[in-house]
Amino acid sequence: MELKKPEESTYHNCIRCGLCLAACPTYREYLTETASPRGRVALTRKGLEGELHLSPNLIEQMYSCFACMACNDICTVGIKPADLALSMRYVQEQRQPKKWKQILFKGLLSKTGRLELATLPLRVYEKLGIRRLVYLLGLNRLLPDRMRDLEAMLPRIPQRPLRRILPEITGARGETRFHVGYFLGCAQSLLFAEQSAATLRVLARNGCRVVTPKEIECCGMPARGYGRMDLVIEQARHNITIFEQHDVDVIVTDCATCGSTLKEYGSLFSGDTEWADRASAFRSKVRDISEFLAQIPLKKPDGRIETTVTYHDPCHLLRGQKLWQEPRKLLSMIEGLDFVEMKEADWCCGSAGSQLITHYDTSWKVLNRKLDNIEETEAGIVASGCPGCRMQLHTGLQRRGNSVRVVHPITLLDEAYGLFDGGEDKKQND
Amino acid sequence: MKLTGFLTEERIKSRMIENLAKIVGKNGVLSTPEDLAVYSYDGTFAEGVPRAVVLPETTGQVSEIVKLAEEARVPLVARGMGSGLAAGSIPTNKDGIVVCFTRMNRILEIDEENATVRAEAGVVTAELQAEVEKMGLFYPPDPSSIRHSTIGGNIACNAGGPRCLKYGVTGNYILGLTVVLADGRILKTGGKPIKDVTGYNLSALFASSEGTLGLITEALLRLVARPLFVKTAMAEYNSLANASRTVNAILSEGIVPATLELVDQTAIVCIEEAMKLGLATDVEAVLIIETDGSDEPTVIREIESAGRICKEKGARTVKVASTEEERNGLWKARRSVGSSLARKAPNKLGEDITVPRSAIPDIVQKIRDISARHGLPIVIFGHAGDGNLHPNILFDKREPEDWAKVEQMMGEVFDAALSVGGTLSGEHGVGILKRPYFEKALGPVSVDIQRRIKQVLDPLNILNPGKIFED
Repeated sequence: MELKKPEESTYHNCIRCGLCLAACPTYREYLTETASPRGRVALTRKGLEGELHLSPNLIEQMYSCFACMACNDICTVGIKPADLALSMRYVQEQRQPKKWKQILFKGLLSKTGRLELATLPLRVYEKLGIRRLVYLLGLNRLLPDRMRDLEAMLPRIPQRPLRRILPEITGARGETRFHVGYFLGCAQSLLFAEQSAATLRVLARNGCRVVTPKEIECCGMPARGYGRMDLVIEQARHNITIFEQHDVDVIVTDCATCGSTLKEYGSLFSGDTEWADRASAFRSKVRDISEFLAQIPLKKPDGRIETTVTYHDPCHLLRGQKLWQEPRKLLSMIEGLDFVEMKEADWCCGSAGSQLITHYDTSWKVLNRKLDNIEETEAGIVASGCPGCRMQLHTGLQRRGNSVRVVHPITLLDEAYGLFDGGEDKKQND
Repeated sequence: MKLTGFLTEERIKSRMIENLAKIVGKNGVLSTPEDLAVYSYDGTFAEGVPRAVVLPETTGQVSEIVKLAEEARVPLVARGMGSGLAAGSIPTNKDGIVVCFTRMNRILEIDEENATVRAEAGVVTAELQAEVEKMGLFYPPDPSSIRHSTIGGNIACNAGGPRCLKYGVTGNYILGLTVVLADGRILKTGGKPIKDVTGYNLSALFASSEGTLGLITEALLRLVARPLFVKTAMAEYNSLANASRTVNAILSEGIVPATLELVDQTAIVCIEEAMKLGLATDVEAVLIIETDGSDEPTVIREIESAGRICKEKGARTVKVASTEEERNGLWKARRSVGSSLARKAPNKLGEDITVPRSAIPDIVQKIRDISARHGLPIVIFGHAGDGNLHPNILFDKREPEDWAKVEQMMGEVFDAALSVGGTLSGEHGVGILKRPYFEKALGPVSVDIQRRIKQVLDPLNILNPGKIFED
């Protein structure tokens, strides 16, 4: 089979001006060309043109990219170094596929039920109070740094995945004005069930009848990040087919990463007209929760939240979907809330999905900069619409002994609604 | 005797990487094929692969590195962020070691009373500017690469930028330098006094030396008061000739704008494609004019006068930016001209000629003629106010015919500049790319003197050999 690799036009016109170096989080930490977008473009070109071997070290430079896309945005030529890094990971998987990726991304992430089963021990750990005990006795401090950070990455794990609890149909409160399909992402369901429950409540309160198809699979971003573009296409086909069975006006997600991946479905099927059409019909309905709420007449929350809040732009929302005003607008609707913009809110937090696991030192360096900027605002809450970012920020803040709360903006909106009527909503849906 | 010497030399060379690591630590030396490949280029199309890359963090380490190189007769190529436009930081010798200054990035002192800043060579220019501006001070030199070039590189190439029309170039702001010489000794020039004629002006010698005379590790720079008011206007023209004639008309009325920039139609089309700013793409040229100062009425009066002159000289429209956002948009656009051109062709050769400003309309016409004669587009933009233009030849290096034309055209552009009393380079430097035209521009006496200076400071020719002059 012929190797699927980036077109020459996607790297050939890089004039090596160096502007992207100024925007790159890994360059800023290492200050080497090898860790820069321009360097990765050069390696891509030299690797594909045969001047360099596609050596493990060359491929590693592609994995060291956080795919934050800041370089894509800053390049005036239109080169997308971050996309090239991901494409090169795919090139490598086609040449030398890794078995564990097949198991993880096809066997596990594509099968929601199995994923839920696999994470059962974590829920047991939380539910039986072992986690509380571990913290109480300070046992977590006995773990090596890396293990301790991984443990801390987990938010308070819900007892049951939201997918299991949520009814397939959530009715609108009052008159139904919109038919909404809800794409419940894996991380939201498994780790942030409470925050996604809030999403459902806010939608219902604003006249949305919400369908949550339970059969959906992973959006595909993890597979994409690990070079399995073929699996992304399979997952896209599956998810498109599922949503075709429901008559909805929009498909909403409260996960920045899922949203940006779903919006890319439209460009996955070049050369396959039937699927390209189906994908673009699907894509045209996809909205991030903040984007959708900004487009409909929104009920103003009556409750007040008297806290200073800052906002971290997830890469997959700001650059992946060009959404940055919308989440801020949601927060500004809440009375009493004092919004402080942090420095470099648009700079990557270092999560990039799993960089804290695979590139521990770099991830921490990038994270530390973000934490400094958060702390400088003296905010009590940091809001961000991406589960990856929230886990990363949570880990960092906890490690620093800082009690800043990390939430999805929707949580605050939901609280502001709920505070007014004494949490009545919450009881209804929980 | 000779043989032993040779063997020792070879051994020293092969042990170079180990020895470098002893100086800067293991993380400070890069030598995998991938590392070397990405340190083989700068902001041009030229390439040359080094033997190793070393990232020192102190002047002391740089001195140790130079001593090692001197002993092994290994060439050293100084490099910052690799945004140079003359191939000046590209190794020309496979034994070459790139000394990359990006990790020497500390601002050491901002002296508010004396209005000076002391910084290491690897500080990014925009970051230095931001730091001093917090204190109401101002470092004016603003090459388009401010965000991706370093102070050391700016000094070594004597970088300019739009604001140089009013404020002067990098070299005008150097009060003192710390330089590691070719034998490893550390030279300190100048100091905080503004006036200093005690001996030769060695600081000036190192500005635009392109890494061939010594390795600049630290700089003491002069600052000025930050202008409190800025006004920016954009004038659109149906005729490039009229735009170029306006430049002199403004300057001869006694108005000294901070910047007076010319951008031609092709460049505008490329920027608009890249940035979607809503620029009119049917104009033949625009001028971007900025006035600044500490007295608002004067700043406003000057921009209005400049606007009036533009109209008199045939500008179709003149718009003054009303918000900071609009102004930033204009400058972001202007800074992106060079790179956005790559939307039109895979390669560009950006030249940097400077002519007496009275000759601008003349040179603009000559460049257009050259382009028409050879059938390759030349985009013209640049700092028209100080006569510094960037004719960019657009081509595809994969086409052998193109490349032959480019070389021919480049020669003709230089000839044209020299014929009106101009020079090869206003701010990029000579590097490798302008080397063939160097003697033609300066004459044998000047070249001879420059070679002798090089010989005194670098007798073994280990500092960036092959740059500026042929070896």
